Amino acid sequence: MKSTRATQEPRWVRYTLLSVGLGFLFFFLGLPLVAVFVEALAQGLPVYLEALKEPETRSAIGLTVGIALAVLPFNIVFGVAAAWAIAKFDFKGKSLLITLIDLPFAVSPVVAGLIFILLFGAQGTFGPWLAEHDLKIIFAVPGMIIATLFITFPFIARELIPLMQSQGKDEEEAAVSLGASGWQMFWRVTLPNIKWGLLYGVILSNARAMGEFGAVSVVSGHIRGETNTLPLHVEILYNEYNAIGAFAAASILALLALVTLVAKTIVEWRMKKETEMLNTVLAPEKT
Amino acid sequence: MAAKTHRVLPGFGLALGYTLVYLSLLILLPLGGMILKASELGFGQIVDIALSERSLAAFRVTFGASLIAALINGFFGLIVAWILVRYPFPGKRFVDALVDLPFALPTAVAGITLATLYAGNGWLGRYIEPLGFKVAYTPWGIVVALTFITLPFVVRTLQPVIEDIETEVEEAAASLGASRWQTFVKVIFPAIFPALLTGFALAFARAVGEYGSVIFIAGNLPLISEITPLLIISKLEQYDVLGATALAVVMLGLSFILLLAVNVLQWWTANRHKNNEPLEVTAARAGGAA
Repeated sequence: MKSTRATQEPRWVRYTLLSVGLGFLFFFLGLPLVAVFVEALAQGLPVYLEALKEPETRSAIGLTVGIALAVLPFNIVFGVAAAWAIAKFDFKGKSLLITLIDLPFAVSPVVAGLIFILLFGAQGTFGPWLAEHDLKIIFAVPGMIIATLFITFPFIARELIPLMQSQGKDEEEAAVSLGASGWQMFWRVTLPNIKWGLLYGVILSNARAMGEFGAVSVVSGHIRGETNTLPLHVEILYNEYNAIGAFAAASILALLALVTLVAKTIVEWRMKKETEMLNTVLAPEKT
Repeated sequence: MAAKTHRVLPGFGLALGYTLVYLSLLILLPLGGMILKASELGFGQIVDIALSERSLAAFRVTFGASLIAALINGFFGLIVAWILVRYPFPGKRFVDALVDLPFALPTAVAGITLATLYAGNGWLGRYIEPLGFKVAYTPWGIVVALTFITLPFVVRTLQPVIEDIETEVEEAAASLGASRWQTFVKVIFPAIFPALLTGFALAFARAVGEYGSVIFIAGNLPLISEITPLLIISKLEQYDVLGATALAVVMLGLSFILLLAVNVLQWWTANRHKNNEPLEVTAARAGGAA
């Protein structure tokens, strides 16, 4: 304690910073989180449960889960493929490719929805062709899946690229030179090495897929019981002054957010532990 | 050609090919389509739409509120990151995990909750409004929503950088007679400034495009509290597809510029870390002398 004195702030400064920082987090994070559940339960548990039983809310939950499940395999395959190419090989235009993967983070969700309307909407590029063949993408579930894909595809890749870069390619090269086939190398060496990072990316992209509002809202058409995801349903109920219903639906999404945070923390902790273990194993060799 | 030894690892062609085809279909083709659509209008008309009174007001509200929210987060985010790295307090791990809440909580949920909290009869609104300050259904509501949504950016970009500061540097400064405040201003702040700026830019970029959380608390009055993404949607709902596209192209162009700025900043941050050498060397020398 005394030895670090010189690099510590005076006591009053520490307490001021702690109270300002924690106060800010309390008002901006703590209070809203508590408020969701208090508002949902404002008229007691039975009313809350009744609101959740409403068929439109239940179909919204089903659609939200369905879209998240539909998007997941695409995001995993893309994330692993992109990270494999970018982290393990050198090629021209790599940084341009990484920027392209970052793009959805910079594009407004509303613009993301709009571009698919321009492509598949009634007056869009492929609109007449789709109408001829009686295919519906905009104002239907396929459009919502495509918009969600656009919004969520970077998450897994962004997580895996730095991880795979830091792991290098020695282990894979050893496996291949010992005669492993490409798939054997992938399943036995690469996948076990990246499993926590992959899970981390899956958690993040799933949270976004289930919670996405802007992009999905633009392409959904808001057809109740058909193209209403849970976040869109929250909006409808709220605009109808059905506060209990809106917050009941919102509370499920808030629970999902809490589960996401817990899962994320556990995975972060596991990843840290594994790198620490690696470091202690490698430490004697270094000296 | 001789230098190019053949690759030991398999799957490069497949992985890169798949990545490029996927990105082309999902990103390049739709974005190209939009720019093609916008070209139907011609440059002059796009400018006319973007500079109409209502669009200009929307841009002003969007960028103004985003700037204020990013500034708020720059200030408080620095304090939060500092206490999370440097000070022990009970429940720290819980608070640390909670910082990511805005990333995990769907924006619509944040929107209705903040609107309810800050409404005239809400938990916070009932104390704020008697003071003559209205938040909900005014531009300040937009600032509140954007502050919530972008809260993690500054904290999360600063945390690792503060962790990396060598305490020896601070000790050296102290042993050379610097006060704590001087050490902060002259040694610590310059070291974390690029990261702070990066976090600020990320927060700003995210805030500019935000839609879900804002519309519930903004009041959405044209010319006063209408953000650009909402204006795009209302144009779309009035079947003014070209008008919506024009605004979207302008937004997209601005997003690109921001993305570029963030990349340059991140590159700067990374380089600064490498160039830390002289500082550490000086510090080590000072420490040795002491």
